[in-house]
Amino acid sequence: MAKIKINGKEFEVDPKKNLLEASISAGYDVPYFCWHPKLGSIGSCRQCAVVKYRDENDTVGRLVMSCMEPASEGSIISTDASQAVEFRSNVIEALMTNHPHDCPVCDEGGECHLQDMTVMSGHQTRRYEFGKRTHKNQYLGPFINHEMNRCIQCYRCVRYYRDYAGGDDLNVFSSRNRVYFGRANDGVLESEFSGNLVEVCPTGVFTDKTLKKHHTRKWDLTTAPSICTHCSVGCNTIVGERYGTIRRVYSRYNEQVNGYFLCDRGRFGYEFMNSDKRIKKFVVNGSFDGVTKESAFDFIVKALKGKKIIGIGSPRASLETNFTLKQLVGNENFSVGLSHKDYQLAKLAIDTLKNGNVRTPSLKEVEQCESVFVLGEDITNTAPMLALSIRQAIKNITKTKADKAGIPLWNDAPAREIIQDAHGPLHIAAPMASRLDDVANSTYFSAPENIARFGYVVAHFIDSKLSLPSGLTEEVTSKARKIASDLLSTAKPLIVSGVHCKNEDVLKAASDVAQALKTAGKDVRLSYTFEESNTVGAVLLDGKSLEEVFETKAEVLIIVENDLYRRLSTEKIDSYLSKFEQVIVLDHNCTSTTKKATVILPVGTFTEADGTFVNMEGRAQRFYQVFVPESDTIESWRRIAQIATAIDKPFDQKNFYDFTESLVINNAQFTGIETLAPPPDFKVQGQKIARESLRYSGRTAMKANINVHELKPIEDADSAMSFTMEGYHGQAPTSLITSYWAPGWNSAQAINKYQIEVGGALHGGDPGLRLIEPSKTNFKFYQSNPDAFKVSGSGLKGVPVYKIFGSEELSSKAAAVKERVSESFILLNSKDAAKADVKADETIEISLNGQLSSVKVLIQDDLADGLAGISAGYCGINPEMTDVTIKK
Amino acid sequence: MERPLTKNIRPDGKPLFIKEYESLGGYQSVKKALKMQPKEITELVKKSNLKGRGGAGFNTGLKWSFVPMEGQFEHKYLVANGDEMEPGTFKDRLLIEGDPHQLIEGMIVTACAIQADEGYIFIRGEYTEAAEIVKKALAEAYEAGYLGKNILKSGFNFNLHLHTSVGRYICGEETALLNSLEGKRANPRAKPPFPQVSGLFGQPTIVNNIETLCNIPHIINNGAEWFNGLSLTPGDGGTKIFGASGKVKRPGLWELPFGVTLRELLEEHAGGMRDGLKFKGCLPGGASTDFLVEQHLDIRMDYASVAAAGSRLGTGTMIVLDDKTCPVGMVLNLEHFFAQESCGFCTPCREGLPWTEKILQKIENGKGEMKDLDLLQFHTKFMGPGNTFCALAPGAMAPLQSALKYFREDFELHIKEHKCSWK
Repeated sequence: MAKIKINGKEFEVDPKKNLLEASISAGYDVPYFCWHPKLGSIGSCRQCAVVKYRDENDTVGRLVMSCMEPASEGSIISTDASQAVEFRSNVIEALMTNHPHDCPVCDEGGECHLQDMTVMSGHQTRRYEFGKRTHKNQYLGPFINHEMNRCIQCYRCVRYYRDYAGGDDLNVFSSRNRVYFGRANDGVLESEFSGNLVEVCPTGVFTDKTLKKHHTRKWDLTTAPSICTHCSVGCNTIVGERYGTIRRVYSRYNEQVNGYFLCDRGRFGYEFMNSDKRIKKFVVNGSFDGVTKESAFDFIVKALKGKKIIGIGSPRASLETNFTLKQLVGNENFSVGLSHKDYQLAKLAIDTLKNGNVRTPSLKEVEQCESVFVLGEDITNTAPMLALSIRQAIKNITKTKADKAGIPLWNDAPAREIIQDAHGPLHIAAPMASRLDDVANSTYFSAPENIARFGYVVAHFIDSKLSLPSGLTEEVTSKARKIASDLLSTAKPLIVSGVHCKNEDVLKAASDVAQALKTAGKDVRLSYTFEESNTVGAVLLDGKSLEEVFETKAEVLIIVENDLYRRLSTEKIDSYLSKFEQVIVLDHNCTSTTKKATVILPVGTFTEADGTFVNMEGRAQRFYQVFVPESDTIESWRRIAQIATAIDKPFDQKNFYDFTESLVINNAQFTGIETLAPPPDFKVQGQKIARESLRYSGRTAMKANINVHELKPIEDADSAMSFTMEGYHGQAPTSLITSYWAPGWNSAQAINKYQIEVGGALHGGDPGLRLIEPSKTNFKFYQSNPDAFKVSGSGLKGVPVYKIFGSEELSSKAAAVKERVSESFILLNSKDAAKADVKADETIEISLNGQLSSVKVLIQDDLADGLAGISAGYCGINPEMTDVTIKK
Repeated sequence: MERPLTKNIRPDGKPLFIKEYESLGGYQSVKKALKMQPKEITELVKKSNLKGRGGAGFNTGLKWSFVPMEGQFEHKYLVANGDEMEPGTFKDRLLIEGDPHQLIEGMIVTACAIQADEGYIFIRGEYTEAAEIVKKALAEAYEAGYLGKNILKSGFNFNLHLHTSVGRYICGEETALLNSLEGKRANPRAKPPFPQVSGLFGQPTIVNNIETLCNIPHIINNGAEWFNGLSLTPGDGGTKIFGASGKVKRPGLWELPFGVTLRELLEEHAGGMRDGLKFKGCLPGGASTDFLVEQHLDIRMDYASVAAAGSRLGTGTMIVLDDKTCPVGMVLNLEHFFAQESCGFCTPCREGLPWTEKILQKIENGKGEMKDLDLLQFHTKFMGPGNTFCALAPGAMAPLQSALKYFREDFELHIKEHKCSWK
């Protein structure tokens, strides 16, 4: 630690930080634009000027940019010396010469870093009296709105988009005061992480286009902490609502998980909650005419009387919902809602993580790894934020180059210069090319069986006691040997695999590679991706697979938040469902399954319910109801409790907290999740935490068309938050942060004030609880020895191809995401396409395990012979299907 | 008086190629340097008091000595900065076009000193003729075994390439030049690290001005003492190519010892002002230096004396202002240039220079107010050294701040008369 003096006060700081970071961490407000804790410093905006003194006797000092000066021992600076204050105000004045006066109509207004910094710098009266430069804006796709006139040229957007996220279709053009940030031509931003531009941009150049369509000021949003529901990574989000519709999703800082960022599916997939496919009414026998809650329940009571019930939960529903259903129908009659194959895959992955001796990493830990080997996954499309972390991880090993040259890592441009495009090892074995290939050292494309075998070869070269699969070409073995030596050359290797290529041997081989590295003394991590937001939670909860539960004879079926047609073939599900007298479905959006329901009960999405998800790391995370919907929508677990009451088997549990507690009592694996958040009676200064800001406007008027009397605010029995502006507005416990705000900091950058050190952990610790830790003793090598893939005569073996936009159920119902979803497709290499006599872009009929689908032909030559890539999760296509026949 | 740099340059300006160059004693210094220890060469150049001729005036040998000589590097680079875009400056063009092998010879010796294996000659895009000449000279030097692998069987390797710029003033800033050479935007880099440690492609790199490099063969051949003796000013070794442009009788370039007076330059070499015109002032070292006026005519043209007079020797090529040319118009023209050439990286330069230009335009158009002069004065401070990312904006403020000092009544006249009286 270094001792430095800021404004006459002594501080102990990390000498590896710069003076801006040190000043902000020490609580001083120093304005800045171009610096970002994840992007480092470049010294372009000149906004963070402070006065630095040579020594105690120096009374004049000199102006320095605090972001470009190390916090070295003995530094003496003043953030409020008049020279610095005046200069910072002049810099804002210069920036304002071209910034438009459009705050009242700008989407960023009210949470604009530029507004905050302008006020902070004290600049008021403009001396500039000439015209402003203007730019043309570009169409950047359905997610991002572009308004270049507002640009203050901080360069953050391109540095984030290119240097951090690995994109290449956003750049800086032209020079002088005409510098332009955009694409070479109008067009959709290609990066899967483009939405972060909204938060990275300090003003309103890049704004959320989906928010724009139903714009609401930050202060008018009702917001609550949430967890993304669109994949297994479990990014932390803040969801905002007004007038009963969800307005936007923002990232919620969690150092261990997503840090500052989100992927575009997570940020823009929320509109399924506002979709016209939402179920908001009770439906009995296909009609909601005249159906009330009471009549629907009367129907259910009659239908259930003396009947045996089967309950099917869901990997996209919360732990509490699944647990409540299980409690209603009994262990024997409960399914987690996964096909047998998917259940086995997920269970194998979880058991491996529990019984093996390799730790599953948080994204932060991923970012600390040094070499990466991916087996069978296109991470960017299956667990996007993990891919972004892998992009950071492979930079680690080259950082030593900067260290050796004495260049601190925050000094971004010089550090990049000395590192050039060198990066640590990343090797990918997958059925076909993936989005991380641009930074991969080697790729191996083959069928899942061969990927597993390839993994075992790598494991053998790490630990020669492990067996070497036979019949390998020299090319494959030498590739594997190189991977083994690369992984062994670093202290912290990371092995990544997952359930998405639907092959148990791939998971087993990945585990063997990781265990071999562990045996070799490496600080290795093993990461498995799963399909849905709560797959891990549902499998940990334990239950039957769909095929198993349907073996039980019963008359009534209750399905909660699950579209069974995405799990198994239409034929199978049709035949299963036809055996029941009643099919009761609880869901929030219309699906193929709700079409078959005799009764549909409306329930809330994750923004209308409290719940817990367990992510791929095994981290249990709590999400909270954002608002109380006006319709009959309530939480699934509460709806299930209503059914229990209606059939005279009422539960003891009353609120969310009770259900969580009994879940823990019933299943020791979940011990601790009751402490994920303070209990509902928790108060700060005698108040609950407010979901609305003090500036929330219009509450006396917004419902005046219904009743001029202001209604009594609804109490939240389930959490320690209030649904209104009444309540505590200071810094809440980290699991209850409803929005980031500090005096003078209205933008997302107020996060600085919630961290112990800028860019580090939150005051009070990052929320979440790990439920899976490796065993110390139990581990074993799988050595499953799979047979090599053989091309069969005429048929093709289907491999699921996942797309960030299109493969996931809920986000695909969101308007903006829909624009990014292509038609259903089949991928073939040219040879197989010629053999089947089909051409690129042609629409053909194929049979998938006997089920007909119409798909577009795409040619991709890195796909191995005999394989057909099938658009997984697209309309009518579930990844279960592997037997492909081209019908034409 | 010895004129080592220009002695071979023909009066008709036609280039000197290898045969003739060798017959006049060319490439002797390479043979000598190949037998010397790298450190010896650097020491010799340090002692010669050769200072950077691009404008900064930093001791060349000292600069070289910062290149790490221990440790393994993929490459070490030597770059000749021939992006001569400073308005009023055209000295490097003379050296490249007239005697290209002198430059190549200087670069080979420099490469020996820093043990560089790759070199680039970075030439201003508009210098198409110079580029053609260098291309031919490089081919000749490769052919003769002065470049490439195992130079003159010494075991030393040095490849030298030509790179022509696409024309941005900022490329003359050595770190912007390096970015440009890498194919990136020509934005200057943060220092430290200096290019000697992390330069081109992150490798140790020396960037020297063309004129600086052309001095090297002569120092090797004749020694440091001889080189120091060429100058009238102790501490500034060698000769300098001085120049004059503007309404003088004989605009041009002359190789003269450091320490000649400004008056000598103006009156003897440039032939004095054209008939009917009076000397009003000059920018002694290119557009980014402060005006010197009548009272400074007897100062010596060396780094310290010009600095003491409140300006910079810069490139040593002056732009002369006469009494029939509007000083506001001249400064406006300069600020227009600088605003246009800002790379757009840092705020004060990107936003401040166009603002300055607009104020000057307003005054020149007769719409100026007295408060505008305060605003101009403010900008000269706002864009002062240390406040901006590189030296472009402080350089741009040099002519403005000195014009406000020496020609203030002319600015005020525009404001009072609501017009430019020179038009």
